[in-house]
Amino acid sequence: MALLNAEIRKDVQQALVDVKTPVIFKVFTQELECQYCKETRELVQEVAALSDKLSVEVYDLVRDQAIAESLGVDKVPAMAVIGQKDYGIRMFGIPSGYEFGSLIESIKLVSDGESGLSAETRKQVAKLTKPVKIQVFITPT
Amino acid sequence: MLAYQLAMESDQIQAHMVEVIEFPYLGNKYDVMGVPRTVIDETIHIEGAVPEPMLMREFEKLLN
Repeated sequence: MALLNAEIRKDVQQALVDVKTPVIFKVFTQELECQYCKETRELVQEVAALSDKLSVEVYDLVRDQAIAESLGVDKVPAMAVIGQKDYGIRMFGIPSGYEFGSLIESIKLVSDGESGLSAETRKQVAKLTKPVKIQVFITPT
Repeated sequence: MLAYQLAMESDQIQAHMVEVIEFPYLGNKYDVMGVPRTVIDETIHIEGAVPEPMLMREFEKLLN
């Protein structure tokens, strides 16, 4: 059964109209799919079906360990949202509720390739000389 | 979303959105009592959704 109903599919399709460059979801699950692994994979596949610019690659956390490590994926469900390059955008857990909106926004971000941040912030960020991991903890509501 | 924007801006930054109910051990590890809670490089903790300038004031600590 589809996770997204016809109305939501239409809204998402509308939101993705401006997506002009390809976006790849690298989704990580595991053989015995974890809680929400299946739903996450299906949800992403349903979203990807709504735009010909979107595609999905499914990986296994254990079997594809090298790929997981190279993307900083250490738990499932997980996905990397990748545009012209890997910008470092990851999602762990099912993007439902409010986070479904974040998923759609992340597609637009990586497709645009523009951060939309202020000049001041961009200047500061450019000073970084070592890798930084930002984790944002959220709940599905 | 601010975290994602920062990741867009710098190849040095990875932004992880983590659904804490699915990963309760991380909720414990990082004392997540309310959401959103932002943890930068294990050292900087920010409670709630903060505007860009406020986040950048915290971020500045990484540059020193």
